[in-house]
Amino acid sequence: MKKYECTVCAYVYDPDVGDPDNAIAPGTAFEELPDDWTCPDCGVGKDMFEPLDD
Amino acid sequence: MHATLAEGVNWVGIIDWTVRDFHGYETRRGSTYNSYLVQGEKTALIDAVKAPFADTLLGNIDETVGLGSVDYVVANHAEPDHSGSLAAVMAACPKATLVTNEKCAEILEGYYGAREWPTHIVTTGDSLDLGGRTLSFVQVPMVHWPDSMVTYCPEEHILFSNDAFGQHLASSGRFDDELDLSVVMDEAKTYYANIVMLYGRPIARALEAVGGLQIAMIAPAHGVIWREHVAEILDAYNDWVRCRPRARLLVIYESMWGSTDAMAHEILAGALGHGAEIELLEVGSTGRTRIATEVLDAAVLAVGSPTLNMTLMPEVAGVLTYLKGLAPRNKAGLAFGSYGWAPSGPKEVHAALEGMGVEMLGEPLTARWRPDDEVRARCREAGRMMAERAVRAAAEGHLYPV
Repeated sequence: MKKYECTVCAYVYDPDVGDPDNAIAPGTAFEELPDDWTCPDCGVGKDMFEPLDD
Repeated sequence: MHATLAEGVNWVGIIDWTVRDFHGYETRRGSTYNSYLVQGEKTALIDAVKAPFADTLLGNIDETVGLGSVDYVVANHAEPDHSGSLAAVMAACPKATLVTNEKCAEILEGYYGAREWPTHIVTTGDSLDLGGRTLSFVQVPMVHWPDSMVTYCPEEHILFSNDAFGQHLASSGRFDDELDLSVVMDEAKTYYANIVMLYGRPIARALEAVGGLQIAMIAPAHGVIWREHVAEILDAYNDWVRCRPRARLLVIYESMWGSTDAMAHEILAGALGHGAEIELLEVGSTGRTRIATEVLDAAVLAVGSPTLNMTLMPEVAGVLTYLKGLAPRNKAGLAFGSYGWAPSGPKEVHAALEGMGVEMLGEPLTARWRPDDEVRARCREAGRMMAERAVRAAAEGHLYPV
């Protein structure tokens, strides 16, 4: 599963970690995040994220 | 006017004694916009000031080094209180190259249009050799904008931290040991709560990033420079980023005809004597800046509103909206308030608190028309329960981020 980076604040969504503060379990792929999920650091939506190259 | 941090390192900023409203933040003690000059063989200005003070800034630079000798202008952050006078500085300093990061350059262009300024883009790990002095850069995104950056001078161990560690505090002394420390810490806490509380996690990362640096002084963009109390402000930030709860209960409310006020006082009466510090904050007379500051380290919030026009009071709604944005963590809470025919006010308070992640300690406490003896007894009991909860939360130390 790919990591995704927020283009606004550089927060990295790591599917192995999830986003426990917002009830996203480890193992959740970026694509499976709910549509209303927002960057936990700066608050922008999923559309502002880009996949990170391995 | 200037003040010396070390030989060849000078503060050349502005003291704004009269500002009392900083985009809605009540700056009861005014503020400062700090610019610094660092001289090696070359000279750098770190950050500019708000637009109306451009001439005073230019005068300060001129008397300290001469406008013609500024080689670099470092922009750590594009917000207009630090960039409003940038165009005037670049025009007055003909040799100057703007040094900033890509995000900051983008935002500066957004505010001021495309400019012909010679620009040098830096990122974390880059340094600028001034000849005998160095400036190193660390980007700290979301502390508190995407462009935020800090600049470090390794020869003097000075961290130019921009908004981090700042205080809206106008004073005649430029250093933390030149005024009452409790005042400085109070303003640092107010600043943290009202400007950056929501960015606990990015700030924790920034603290880690600068944690390896030897720091003799922290020179922020607002307020006094930390030199005697560096450890204290770093410790305080470590608590604040985690919203470390203290054994404190806040009773925050507004009233129409005295019923919600009576409930607030019954909660207070019930809470007294159970080991917690309690504060009663009437919204209309307190203002949201102070309320947010108290919320930062309070363990429990009791929030009350009567029902007006089938909803909550607008002043309470304003405070709740403000708090929602600031995203306080590690809070428990309870809603209360009066009503006549339908208890919409306290219910909406409950929903708003729940929506911001406050752990609700029960259904809203409500009183129809006037709190009778039974309601009063329930309020006192809730007060006791919340005080005990506050004491427990402080002892257990639930922390965010974990």
